Amino acid sequence: MKEVKGNVKKFLSRFYRQREIEDHEDIFALGFVNSLFAMQLVMFIEKEFNIKIDNKDLNFENFRTIDSIVAFVDARST
Amino acid sequence: MGEERKIKCVVWDLDNTIWDGTLIEDSRIKLKDNIRNIIKELDHRGILQSIASKNDHSMAMEKLNELGLVEYFLYPQINWNAKSSSISQIKSEINIGMDTIAFVDDQAFEREEVNSELPEVLCIDASLIDRILDMPEMNPKFITKDSKQRRLLYMSDIKRNKLEETYVGPKEDFLKSLNMKLIISPVMDDDLKRAEELTVRTNQLNATGYTYSYEELDALRFSDDHILLMAELEDKYGTYGKIGLALLECKEDVWIIKLLLMSCRVISRGVGSILLNHILTLGKKAGVKVLAEFKPTDRNRMMYITYKFAGFEEVEEKEDLVMLEYKLEEVPNMPDYVDLNIIEGSTC
Repeated sequence: MKEVKGNVKKFLSRFYRQREIEDHEDIFALGFVNSLFAMQLVMFIEKEFNIKIDNKDLNFENFRTIDSIVAFVDARST
Repeated sequence: MGEERKIKCVVWDLDNTIWDGTLIEDSRIKLKDNIRNIIKELDHRGILQSIASKNDHSMAMEKLNELGLVEYFLYPQINWNAKSSSISQIKSEINIGMDTIAFVDDQAFEREEVNSELPEVLCIDASLIDRILDMPEMNPKFITKDSKQRRLLYMSDIKRNKLEETYVGPKEDFLKSLNMKLIISPVMDDDLKRAEELTVRTNQLNATGYTYSYEELDALRFSDDHILLMAELEDKYGTYGKIGLALLECKEDVWIIKLLLMSCRVISRGVGSILLNHILTLGKKAGVKVLAEFKPTDRNRMMYITYKFAGFEEVEEKEDLVMLEYKLEEVPNMPDYVDLNIIEGSTC
């Protein structure tokens, strides 16, 4: 799942321009839970990994860190 | 209520529509009778305007400048592309629905091209321009302070967005650099028209899509079991206007958020979460559970995500209505990039 992680990191780097986010770091704790960013993140994951995210899976915990996103994508694509 | 179609942006052709003649053939073209008046009146009504013209860009801009009209048009598309592509560009720059755009052109070919690519756009034959001001789609129910200055509000957004694009630091630092101030207040007399306008105009960032009339809102703000809040945002470039509205219904130990909406001009400012945070803080003080209604539409998924990521969970679903409940013990701290100014007044 190295590829998934790399793509997620690349996406996030557009928003965090000055430093790399650690895999376990809470990306929302860093300051900007704005609706647009949240939406863009969800849409990026759907499109990039070709999965449809149902409302029941739209839980904060699934998107909070790079690790949790990778685990979520992993579980959904197998 | 609010179902009738309202146009938010009129996209004009230039040659033989705004003026008589073809600019590249004869630079001494003449404005059509009454067109200046129509453009100014639409502007006054808070309807934005833009251009989709196949022309030489600098020549046409120079002419518009000479005519004193250039400032009325946002994101003018003067190029040799298909008009449908120009209109799509304008739509995404302004961030409005395709069905809120009207396109005026003298050539049937161009109107048909737009009609077949973008069937939601209202196409108007330029020979009918004298009727434009009387069309119901061009007549907003109210003209508010926000609508009168709408074009200027969008103009300052263009400046901000340019700065945001070129800003090299982290996004949070950019937000900090704006010196934003969010004012949350009860809805005053003067705000009622704008409040109604917000319920009618806002689609993407609207959790339920309920619309309320002036009279209903007026009754709700004095109601003992409702809280009606309005949010206004300013930054160092000036005001964004009154951009947010929330309505809570208070029951004995539960508050239900019936309405939470934000103008799409503030989509990336994080202020929706701040307004929500404020509501949660009030709820905690009152010792009540906070629930929120959500009614899915084809455009408002972002509000669902906003609730879910703020700590709400789905507790009930019936027909087309989802009930969410705030499940976290604590209310998160307010972000420090916004100076929050709360004017007390609306309580249960």
